[in-house]
Amino acid sequence: MPGLIGKKIGMTSIFSAEGKNIPCTVIEAGPCLVTQIKTKEKDGYDAVQIAFDDKKDKSSNKAMIGHFNKANTSAKRKLVEFRGNFEHLNLGDVLNVGDVLKNDRWIDVTGISKGKGFQGVVKRYGFKGVGDATHGQHNRLRAPGSLGASSYPSRVFKGMRMAGRTGTDRVKVINISIVKLIPEKNILIVKGSVPGANGSYLIINK
Amino acid sequence: MVIKLKFAIMNNLLKAVVDEYAATNDFPEFGAGDTIVVTYKIKEGNKERLQKFKGVVLQRKGSGISETFTIRKMSGNIGVERIIPVQSPFIESIEINKKGKVRRARIYYLRGLTGKKARIKERRF
Repeated sequence: MPGLIGKKIGMTSIFSAEGKNIPCTVIEAGPCLVTQIKTKEKDGYDAVQIAFDDKKDKSSNKAMIGHFNKANTSAKRKLVEFRGNFEHLNLGDVLNVGDVLKNDRWIDVTGISKGKGFQGVVKRYGFKGVGDATHGQHNRLRAPGSLGASSYPSRVFKGMRMAGRTGTDRVKVINISIVKLIPEKNILIVKGSVPGANGSYLIINK
Repeated sequence: MVIKLKFAIMNNLLKAVVDEYAATNDFPEFGAGDTIVVTYKIKEGNKERLQKFKGVVLQRKGSGISETFTIRKMSGNIGVERIIPVQSPFIESIEINKKGKVRRARIYYLRGLTGKKARIKERRF
């Protein structure tokens, strides 16, 4: 079985059987539809493309509608490809959270992290700021300090970590434990947090 | 409008999950200003024992499964506060000693008062 596409609903907390208060994230996972099966002969690699979340036909172009028609489904908002050869899957098959994650205790979740705007090096890269007395750190609390040596090389190296746009990155969190599945509502509850804002899409890998 | 609707659906899903876990307990209704006795279980190794905590409720906070209340008592002349989740499985029972007559939902001002000043009038029906 491939993974699933989900939508972050929000966070809450529940009590475990031992009475511990567990922080957890509620994810609406699936139902996903198989919209394309890629094969080594035809596409150069094996993969399956799955789709999630309805949208109106009028908001997709004709090419996409044609693509969805092939799998005999309505238009969908989010498409994701999973590499691998899944022989038992056919076009138009429905993947439900109850079937896909039935035997799993741990999953990986990929999402787009929240945008933080233009941030300095302390937030962006974890520089220590004023805690350092050396490395060019002087009298400013959150400055980056030295950018490098002087007359040689007489320039700043490419890739030097500096302030800039932060967040909105693709972030994968591995080995999140599953707290509970509610298959009839397509709900997946995992322990802890996952990347992104409420309502954003998540890729769930096993 | 559409966006509002979308989030309404999402909130419903979250609520459905919370409701599923929020146990229906039969504790009496209490709020800020009430004097209550909370009996809760304490685990020590394998043994479980009950402990009572009698004090004034300072506030109730949150909703659903994450709702908590703060309870304060004077132990000698030191104030002791505990924050307890209403849905906590460790609560054995809650009983109300006195309904207090207070004007606000969070009576933090009680922390600054001691002795006769720290009394709360009883609510008569």
